[in-house]
Amino acid sequence: MYPADYRYTKQHEWIKVQGDTGTIGITDYAQQELGDVVFVDLPKVGAKISGGKSLGSVESVKAVSEIYSPVSGEVTETNPLLVDAPEKINTDPHNTAWLIKLKLADPKEVAGLMDAAAYEAYISEQAKEHSA
Amino acid sequence: MNTPAAVELRKTALNSVHRRLGAKMVNFGGWDMPLEYSGIIAEHQAVRTRAGLFDVSHMGELEIRGPGALALVQWVSCNNAAKLNVGQAHYSGLMTSRGTFVDDLLVHKFSDTHYLLCVNAGNQDDDFRHIVANNQFDAEIENSGPRYSQLAIQGPRATETLQKLTPSPLDSIRYYHFAFGKVSGVDCLIARTGYTGEDGFEIYFAPEYSEKLWADLMQAGESAGMIPCGLGARNTLRLEAGMCLYGHEIDDTTTPWEAGLAWICKMEKAPFLGSDVLAQQKQTGLPRKLVGFEMLDKRIGRDGYPVLIGGHEAGRVTSGCPAPFLKKNIGMAYVPPNSTAVGKEIEISIRGQAAPARIIALPFYKRPQ
Repeated sequence: MYPADYRYTKQHEWIKVQGDTGTIGITDYAQQELGDVVFVDLPKVGAKISGGKSLGSVESVKAVSEIYSPVSGEVTETNPLLVDAPEKINTDPHNTAWLIKLKLADPKEVAGLMDAAAYEAYISEQAKEHSA
Repeated sequence: MNTPAAVELRKTALNSVHRRLGAKMVNFGGWDMPLEYSGIIAEHQAVRTRAGLFDVSHMGELEIRGPGALALVQWVSCNNAAKLNVGQAHYSGLMTSRGTFVDDLLVHKFSDTHYLLCVNAGNQDDDFRHIVANNQFDAEIENSGPRYSQLAIQGPRATETLQKLTPSPLDSIRYYHFAFGKVSGVDCLIARTGYTGEDGFEIYFAPEYSEKLWADLMQAGESAGMIPCGLGARNTLRLEAGMCLYGHEIDDTTTPWEAGLAWICKMEKAPFLGSDVLAQQKQTGLPRKLVGFEMLDKRIGRDGYPVLIGGHEAGRVTSGCPAPFLKKNIGMAYVPPNSTAVGKEIEISIRGQAAPARIIALPFYKRPQ
């Protein structure tokens, strides 16, 4: 379910690092919590974003959710697919429905994030709290 | 609001059914209710084009009985219940002495001495106390919510679906009328009412039959493509249909005039609670008025966002969301009474950015006749 080569945040974003580029998206857990996604607000290419700060928002029918950047960097690309098909986030959140690509300010920042096993343990705790 | 940890949420008789269906559950007015099953958009479209089944057993029921029943209903609510025939229902407001809303409700006339009020889940206890406190008419008031489950069958194929399970001729029950009859052999109040903008029914019955009626209705609706629908779709459907929601468009600070509900506020039956204030407000003018708007770009003006007119904050969005059937982003908002013209361009402040919008006529959606 959660790709082993990605890293994850407690706010349910993922990042895939290749060299000094990070691809960022929201997790399957996040899209399930949001429900039908209808609009994505992304930063402009060239914007500098700090780790842990908002990079934009994803809106579902019922709510708007801020998206926080897992790491710091400069935006090199935003996903053009999401302009007209934001609902792709519901069907393919870990692959084609990525949000942005960043040139990483410091690739070592990634080490502070959860791996897939830790993230899965984290969301199963979250789910328990929800149903309690 | 109580925290979930501190207070046990109330559950309808169908709670375990919703969980088995994998519904996403939410705390709504202190009740553990299904927000969505297959998704708000799919459920919304099902109701607009086919049929949807909603558990609305959280809704409250209050019954007023006795020779003073009509006088009490007339005193506490703003619509004219004296005009109701037996077997007829209407939408009304439960009024404060300030002419504002304690709640909005449906009033059903069972007989000259017996009325059933269907009220909002989160308000039912306050409503009961308010009516008791204003009962100078010696009427009997029962908080009968625990005696009823309620299901809403809504959509263009609702009638054919429900008809499969009842000998009552549904075509003879006109809009905002009701009858007593059997559904799947269970005694029901069958009302042609709803909160979706579609044709359909709301049925009231003893809670022990909830699972049976849910299962039988789901089966009867299968060929029509009926699906279970949650409170998420109920909200987008009612907003598309331009209907008010308590706590959003109306509350104990808003009057029927401000909310565009003059059609349920009958001054000719005065005096009633708040009627003096309402008469005065009609004379002196309104401080604000509810309007509908559509967003002019892809952004969504949501509940609580400021409305900007000429660059200045002039009101607030009361409800705003994507309209799945109309395929645009809509909302309702209070604006100054001189800024209500259809076509007027306004802005919605979305996290500090002004997004263009335009005032449009209510309701946004009207079902084809």
